[in-house]
Amino acid sequence: MKILVPVKRVVDYNIKPRVKADGSGVETAGVKMSMNPFDEIAVEEAVRLREKGAASEVVVVSIGVQQAQDTLRTAMAMGADRAILVLTEESPEPLAVAKVLKKLVEKEGPSLVVLGKQAIDDDMNATGQMLAGLLGWGQGTFASKVDVADGRVLVSREIDGGTEQVSLVLPAIVTADLRLNEPRYASLPNIMKAKKKPLETIPAADLGVDMAPRLTIVSVAEPTERKAGIKLGSATELVEKLRNEAKVI
Amino acid sequence: MTALVLLDHEGGQIRKAALSAVTAAARLGDVHVLVTGDAALAQAASRIAGVSKVLHAADARYAHELAEPLAALVASLAASYDHVVAAAGATGKNVLPRAAALLDVQPIPDVVSIVDAQTFVRPIYAGNALATVRSADAKKVLTVRSASFDAAAAEGGSAPVEVVAAVESPDVSRFEAVQLSDSARPDLESARVVVSGGRGMGSEEKFHALDPLADALGAAVGASRAAVDSGFVPNELQVGQTGKIVAPELYMAFGISGAIQHLAGMKDSRVIVAVNKDPEAPIFQVADYGIVGDLFEVVPQLVEALKK
Ligand SMILES: Cc1cc2nc3c(=O)[nH]c(=O)nc-3n(C[C@H](O)[C@H](O)[C@H](O)COP(=O)(O)OP(=O)(O)OC[C@H]3O[C@@H](n4cnc5c(N)ncnc54)[C@H](O)[C@@H]3O)c2cc1C
Ligand SMILES: Cc1cc2nc3c(=O)[nH]c(=O)nc-3n(C[C@H](O)[C@H](O)[C@H](O)COP(=O)(O)OP(=O)(O)OC[C@H]3O[C@@H](n4cnc5c(N)ncnc54)[C@H](O)[C@@H]3O)c2cc1C
Repeated sequence: MKILVPVKRVVDYNIKPRVKADGSGVETAGVKMSMNPFDEIAVEEAVRLREKGAASEVVVVSIGVQQAQDTLRTAMAMGADRAILVLTEESPEPLAVAKVLKKLVEKEGPSLVVLGKQAIDDDMNATGQMLAGLLGWGQGTFASKVDVADGRVLVSREIDGGTEQVSLVLPAIVTADLRLNEPRYASLPNIMKAKKKPLETIPAADLGVDMAPRLTIVSVAEPTERKAGIKLGSATELVEKLRNEAKVI
Repeated sequence: MTALVLLDHEGGQIRKAALSAVTAAARLGDVHVLVTGDAALAQAASRIAGVSKVLHAADARYAHELAEPLAALVASLAASYDHVVAAAGATGKNVLPRAAALLDVQPIPDVVSIVDAQTFVRPIYAGNALATVRSADAKKVLTVRSASFDAAAAEGGSAPVEVVAAVESPDVSRFEAVQLSDSARPDLESARVVVSGGRGMGSEEKFHALDPLADALGAAVGASRAAVDSGFVPNELQVGQTGKIVAPELYMAFGISGAIQHLAGMKDSRVIVAVNKDPEAPIFQVADYGIVGDLFEVVPQLVEALKK
């Protein structure tokens, strides 16, 4: 069984994003970029399934600029077997990403696609569900536990009021939530090994997918900043302020 | 123009967040709602103020809001609507993007403000930026943040209920089980007051130090990711970029440092209080009132002070 894991290169989660002065977007030039944290979890889960013998190969794919190669190498250092870069200068929306991934699924024939539940830049939380819809596959989103057995995958999902389990026929889509696993750090020898693993580059145009954006960015603005308030000396003082100044209790 | 709202439910109740989706949809036109489950849920939907028609997907395959059948139904019903709306909760985020893909539409998640029928404001980068986006799609598929729209009144309406037939969909998924935490406390997303604890709470047992305070304030209890990951509290209490987004009148953070991912979930609260023993903790930069000190001393003192 083959597993496909889409990974996205995003602004590192430790960096506080800055809106560009002209309001056209968020500054990404010269900013540290890393693998989307949810995608690290997705890669880890796929690699563990292979290590357990439930899968035979883990293929990672990224849709993006040339530098997304670094992200793919990181995924291979974590244990993925090979990588595909779909090269584009645009920042495709989830609908376009899902269409590209559908083409790759048709080409690669995986039994499972494990994605991150959301990318921490655009926070769309959409790509996995959209790919599942386009393929007509089952979807186990926001997964906190994944078990593959007898041609099905049992997924525990984090929902608003607790947890639920769904069982899906393979092939299927899973999207990783934070508590699915704790991703490993790539060791130096594995980082070296990853440099020699196969990485295929496909120009996005070759896939014949309509990637035209449907959303236009009118503007990107900083939210109104909260101002730091005052420090108080005691609980009594705090209760007094909440009652008489803020009037919230 | 008419909008279709997918009303999500849990434990036999329409989720409060869905009532906020009704308010958002009313800004776009006439409001029809789609609800699954038993007839009692459809009746509850018909009483929501501002709803002019209830579509009841009574077929058992929809009862658990499984994405595969429900997205197919939403996509087929969408033919008659300009907008499809749901609350940005677990169901909306699971079902609507799939329905959008079936419609060849790019969904617009987490809307916090509606500019006009095709223009919406949504936070990106954990709320560090607000993007105003205009959709070129013929239909708009959006999820909306309940913290940004008042809930529609649950009573007062009397909309007619129409049962809708099931549609074809791939039979690839099965609901197995659900575990809901039964809390007597108010719902985190709609509570007036939220009392939250972080890693500083120390353990599952010590987390209960917040209970008397939450009781005294009638507050919901929330948590940081570190508190959830450490097993102090269940995951559904997580507030933040990847947890619940809350905007109560009063948010009190105990032993929470204030990472941007946590702030993303609570910084729109009206009044923020932080108690932390580290005077440099970033949470103080957004707090209206702060106390530098040991939370295990401050919390009981607060409970005492509230009694006066
Ligand atoms: C309103 C708006 C503003 C934007 N602003 C900017 C901007 O300022 N700068 C900029 O560079 N881009 C911008 N983009 C494009 C953006 O970076 C994203 O590529 C796109 O919106 C996908 O959303 P997401 O990554 O949040 O998807 P999600 O659905 O949250 O991603 C879920 C998962 O899908 C997979 N995935 C998603 N994208 C890829 C990919 N490209 N390759 C491989 N796997 C993937 C990953 O597994 C990921 O965890 C913008 C897009 C929109 C709609
Ligand atoms: C992709 C991604 C998504 C994330 N999503 C979320 C999210 O949705 N929500 C979220 O919360 N986090 C999220 N995080 C995690 C986030 O980055 C922080 O790690 C987390 O919020 C820290 O939790 P904390 O403040 O409880 O713990 P810490 O940062 O460890 O802070 C503990 C605080 O408690 C104080 N303290 C300790 N003991 C006491 C005491 N006795 N009295 C008073 N103060 C005390 C300390 O001074 C410290 O400031 C995410 C991270 C990533 C990478």
